[in-house]
Amino acid sequence: MSNFFSKSDLSRKDADTIVSDTLKNCDDGELYLEESKSESILLDDNKIKSSNYSSDLGFGLRAISDEVVAYSYSNEISKDSLKSSSDNLKSTLKSIKGTYNHEIPKSNKKFYEDINPIEQKTLNSKLEVLNKVNEFLRKKDGSVKQVTASFLGEQKSIEIIRSGGESLVDVRPLIRFNVSVMLEKNGRKETGVYGIGGRQSYDDYLKNDNWKNVCEEAFRIASVNLDSKPAPAGEMKVVLGPGWPAILIHEAIGHGLEGDFNRKKTSAFHDLMGQKVASEGVTIVDDGTIDNRRGSLTIDDEGTPTERTVLIENGILKNFMQDRHNARLMNTRSTGSGRRENYRHVVLPRMRNTMMLSGNQTQEEMIKSVDKGIFAVSFGGGQVDITSGKFVFNCTEAYEINNGVIGSPIKGATLIGDGPSILKEVSMVGNDMMLDPGIGTCGKAGQGVPVGVAQPSILIDKMTVGGTKL
Amino acid sequence: MVKDQEFLESKASYCLDLAKKMGATDATVTVGHSISETVNFRNKSLEASDRSDGLALNIETFVGKKKSSISSSNLLDENIKTLIEKCFETTKITPEDEFNSLPDKSLLSEKINNLNLYDQTRFENEKKINYLNELEDSASLSQKIINTESSFTENKSNFILANSDGFCSGYKTSSFTASCVTVAKDENSMERDYEFTSKRHLSDIKKPKDLGEKAAEQTIKKLSPNKIGSEKINLIFDKRIAKGMLNAFASAVSASAIARGTSFLKDKIDQQVFSKSINVIDKPDIIKGMGSQNFDSEGVSSKTLNLVENGILKNYLIDTYNGNKLNLQSNGRNGGTTNLYFENGKISFEELLKNTSKCLYITETIGHGSNIVTGDYSVGATGFFIENGQFKYPVNEITIAGNFKDMFKNIILANDLDFEYSVNSPTMMIEGMTVAGK
Repeated sequence: MSNFFSKSDLSRKDADTIVSDTLKNCDDGELYLEESKSESILLDDNKIKSSNYSSDLGFGLRAISDEVVAYSYSNEISKDSLKSSSDNLKSTLKSIKGTYNHEIPKSNKKFYEDINPIEQKTLNSKLEVLNKVNEFLRKKDGSVKQVTASFLGEQKSIEIIRSGGESLVDVRPLIRFNVSVMLEKNGRKETGVYGIGGRQSYDDYLKNDNWKNVCEEAFRIASVNLDSKPAPAGEMKVVLGPGWPAILIHEAIGHGLEGDFNRKKTSAFHDLMGQKVASEGVTIVDDGTIDNRRGSLTIDDEGTPTERTVLIENGILKNFMQDRHNARLMNTRSTGSGRRENYRHVVLPRMRNTMMLSGNQTQEEMIKSVDKGIFAVSFGGGQVDITSGKFVFNCTEAYEINNGVIGSPIKGATLIGDGPSILKEVSMVGNDMMLDPGIGTCGKAGQGVPVGVAQPSILIDKMTVGGTKL
Repeated sequence: MVKDQEFLESKASYCLDLAKKMGATDATVTVGHSISETVNFRNKSLEASDRSDGLALNIETFVGKKKSSISSSNLLDENIKTLIEKCFETTKITPEDEFNSLPDKSLLSEKINNLNLYDQTRFENEKKINYLNELEDSASLSQKIINTESSFTENKSNFILANSDGFCSGYKTSSFTASCVTVAKDENSMERDYEFTSKRHLSDIKKPKDLGEKAAEQTIKKLSPNKIGSEKINLIFDKRIAKGMLNAFASAVSASAIARGTSFLKDKIDQQVFSKSINVIDKPDIIKGMGSQNFDSEGVSSKTLNLVENGILKNYLIDTYNGNKLNLQSNGRNGGTTNLYFENGKISFEELLKNTSKCLYITETIGHGSNIVTGDYSVGATGFFIENGQFKYPVNEITIAGNFKDMFKNIILANDLDFEYSVNSPTMMIEGMTVAGK
């Protein structure tokens, strides 16, 4: 736990006084203090390419009056600095008459431990794993031409001080281990990427030489793509595999269900609450409470305990994801979805672990039912235009389906669809829900936050596949 | 006020001295300070204000051919000392890499040219509010506009880059950025579009009225789109999308992608990679340029580079490390390109539109569908169907796909280049790409 006041001329009492004074007559707001330590160690091209350690410390002061959010941050924790932030907010929020909402739910559940993953494994043993990865892959096959492997570790300590002096704290570990391999055969080059991670120590993920499985998977994806043919172009049926392909749910549905876009009526979903937005059998939740997952949080960045929020239940739109600000303006409660990348950014309603729950069909049935279509197993990034509802994502492993049988692998193609209607095109939901391996980062308004996704295999009746073969 | 050179220099030399004292054979330090103030509007009223004040320190220490780095925002001497100790300890156990080195001394920038990158004008928040009021008034004139969001950001930065070979230099930069996003609605659809302006000097930014009007006009035009069938068709890329081709090209000619063998343009120097009429230039010394710089992030002087001449690839973007690896000299491009652009083509925008009887005019792409290893390209797109040079109707929910190797050889450029951003292109036509729709 960080003590933010030990090396500063700012005492806790001063901070309480300044915060309470700044937020007098405001509807909400808080002082957010953050200390983070992070490391990144990268092996590339047969060498340890970089080892970087970084430490960051700072605060953000936020005052909210009606619809206006005033924010000021600094990386100097001192009395002067906090005072000048306070003055800056007061100058924006003139003549305000709000009533501060002191209410914030409490919970004593924790979804990860107070550890510092960076200190739990020596630099030497991390270097050793990276070198083993490089050696293992290069020995495995002559087609391996490039190997990149990395460790990313972080410990973030936060404290939230609300008007009246109430303090809420959290310590968040996060790690990621990644392997990328490039193969070259008969003049063709293809890459395969795989990674794992979450809010535990490195060794929780690397026990029993688990790094080998990560290497094998990256290698397998690259080899499949070496044999890939040009992807088809046009509308067709698409079977999505379980796990990581749920970023489709994240892009197509998730963003459109974030409170801010709906309060502003810029989301294609803003007037659909209580209505049928998906096929029967489709249930989607956003859950911050799964132990040690990348998208899990004990409390969100406003101090609200996270929860499991049902977004769509059996096809019907039930809830949006809310932070305190949007919840207040929409007359509802925060779902513990208020997040920020770090103290430099304002809180926004964001996803945590977004999951489509299992149904009762099998992947085999889905494939069998498709005359002409594609089977998408893994994806790179995705993106959505909230307003028009159109979303895309890029296949990194996909196959043709012809007459109910999986055929040749196809080149990375973009799939495009329409968020509000895509879930109505879901005609089968599998019984094989799987969590992603812990690698997702979601971007919104220039802020990246770690997220998770999960889904079973699903069959989508109609989607546009952006290949080159007509 | 942004911290002055003297303060940043004193911090940088404190770090260098300390690193040397501990036994580092070489070291590089960057110290920067940046203050930025943003005001946000929504539907004609103040929505948010945001002030940020940030110091940043980055130190690289070398022990022979071993190297590691640390970064921090905490510039207290005591913290710096702890971090440099940690950095030095890490460096000692990091394996050697024969290509690690400071840049060649003879390449370091000696003279700082005044590129007029700093405007000290302070644009008070009150004035930002007035600007945004005017902007949003003009953006929301039409009944079809149901939401407007706009912002104004003023940024002032200063930095010092110093290394143990005696290099120590830096300068102030500023930027003023205004943007407007509008949402329009009709009985069939809801659409969003935007317009923005970003300049080094306040007096050069677009008028608020023009910005608001343009955003609204572009958004309304997109209403009630159609989806079209899948076919091979000529595409015209609006300037704001066309510059994306240059970004993909720049990633593919970075020395790091070339050295790692992960670029589709590896070993293509002196070969035809674009159509014969194409010239690509990276010019670091444009006065007030958004990408202008005197030297790169290692202190190496950057000069104008002709990357592509008459369609032939002439240069890579080279930094010290990858230059050592490729046996090439750094050309001052650690950190990437500066002001990158396609030279103008020969025909006007109107002539380009009329070049074929029908084509698609692309105004926005979504997704990350550029593969630099294979050159494969596939993204989601929105735009307009054009027939005989006339805009017919808006189009969306389609993808466009091809391979850069072919696309680059089928580019025709108009002669409407402007130097708005750090990467700029005239309007571009690419023949024979695949559109996937219905």
